[in-house]
Amino acid sequence: MANISGKYAIVGMGETAVGKRPEASTNSLHLEAIRACLKDAGIGSDQVDGLVTNQPLNDAHRSYAVKIAHMAGITPRFATDIALGGATPCAMVQTAVMAIESGMANTVVCVHARKRATPDPTPGHPIRSGDEHWEHPWGHFSAVANHAFAAQRHMYEYGTRSEDLGHIAVACRKHACLNKNAAMRKPLTIEDHQQSRMIVDPLHLLDCCLESDGGGAILVTSRERARDFPKRAVSILGMGQHHPHSTMLDAPSITTLGGKRSSELAYQMAGLSPKDMDFAQIYDCFTITLMITLEDYGFCKKGEGKDFVKGGRIEIGGELPVNTHGGLLSQAHIEGMLHITEAVKQLRGNEVEPERQVSNAQAGIVSGHGGSLCTHSTLILGRGVR
Amino acid sequence: MSEQETKDKRGRAAPRNQPFLEEIEAKPFWANLKEHRLTAQHCSSCSHFRFPPQALCPKCLSSEFEWAPLSGKGKIYSHVTYRRAWHPAYQDKVPYNVSLVELDEGLRMVSNVIDCEPEKVYIGMTVEVVYEDVGDYTLPKFRPVEKKA
Repeated sequence: MANISGKYAIVGMGETAVGKRPEASTNSLHLEAIRACLKDAGIGSDQVDGLVTNQPLNDAHRSYAVKIAHMAGITPRFATDIALGGATPCAMVQTAVMAIESGMANTVVCVHARKRATPDPTPGHPIRSGDEHWEHPWGHFSAVANHAFAAQRHMYEYGTRSEDLGHIAVACRKHACLNKNAAMRKPLTIEDHQQSRMIVDPLHLLDCCLESDGGGAILVTSRERARDFPKRAVSILGMGQHHPHSTMLDAPSITTLGGKRSSELAYQMAGLSPKDMDFAQIYDCFTITLMITLEDYGFCKKGEGKDFVKGGRIEIGGELPVNTHGGLLSQAHIEGMLHITEAVKQLRGNEVEPERQVSNAQAGIVSGHGGSLCTHSTLILGRGVR
Repeated sequence: MSEQETKDKRGRAAPRNQPFLEEIEAKPFWANLKEHRLTAQHCSSCSHFRFPPQALCPKCLSSEFEWAPLSGKGKIYSHVTYRRAWHPAYQDKVPYNVSLVELDEGLRMVSNVIDCEPEKVYIGMTVEVVYEDVGDYTLPKFRPVEKKA
């Protein structure tokens, strides 16, 4: 099979204001993100021929992509919903690439928005997240607890401590403090992390992501067409997915996840390795997710995440700046879509506050992780088109 | 309980916490539990035990199986302590344990370790099933097995 590394590019991106958006609906946040993306790309809706969405958690709406397309004035010849939890945004971009490679579309918008911080009175039926009926009767209700299972096991297998996870929360907050569009901008210390209340032991409140309102969108097209757009294109160099189990009950491991194989596939496509990455935007629904992914992605050995996250190594200016926007932990939880928009901004250069620009960023990796730690997707992006 | 009380602060409804006793694949599981028998599907073709219940064996796709009795013995694979309640019914139960229990037959379940302080549960702890009758159904829960002196 021909390698399609670098054959497709991101030529537009948009973000809404995040945090509490009581005046907005889930639908309006999608439209706002699309409008910002098209404005950034300098095109109108009539030039878009593909749309990829995710059914909102509060609205199991059939053919959601087609609904949003028409609300945004797009008449798609390719439209689909992706439902891989937090692995969705990276998978959306991969799906856009596949649609263009197949000839089914030329110019595809991927949009993801959520309304989780304030109520949305728009009619809709909530989506269930999985085999909850094998969890709820025993008082097991939350994604926090599934990740707490992983944290407990990581602590048992590798001697990781809660304070080690605290370094991740502190780094993400430090970056959010530099980001004007971040919900949490008060600096944190390890002591704050340790003193925050336990939610599901061993995870504290400050190990947990935010619940947010907001959205983001990405515009994907071919390398040839990318040259016609006003801003510097960002190449899609590597892509991967891996879904090694479907629940906590059939997981071969809960401390090595789909990120291992998914990243291997993406590195292989890109012809790059961990040492070539100038930054990493790592899905951080919980601190432990980020630590496991750094290990699975080969930035350190399994079990060495606890040392890797210390001493400023994952902060801007460090060895591998991670979540330079503040992540789900401190910027906003748009299920990872803003990990991609942030990566695009970093690779374009001159688009973020100067204090959080990674100097000379040429390539970066983005992860998506979802479900009961069961879905994973990876993108490797590079500055410019070749 | 009023509808208002079963919604969270963001206006989302509290999740259902009763099992689905009529689920086609799972009906025998719950019926056997009602008689205090913990069982699982045992593949007649490749001997794989599977849980949660499903029509075909995920290892060999055979539809032949029997509901085999389980030893009810196992070890804690991982465990957590809920310090806040997601559901009004658990408000006065926190802190409580939820564990991933790995049964001797190799399958894993979500359950609770009871008769034990949540802080004393540990990975590798040996546990055995206890049956908790709740109205029209029975939940399998686990308690520590006393180590012989």
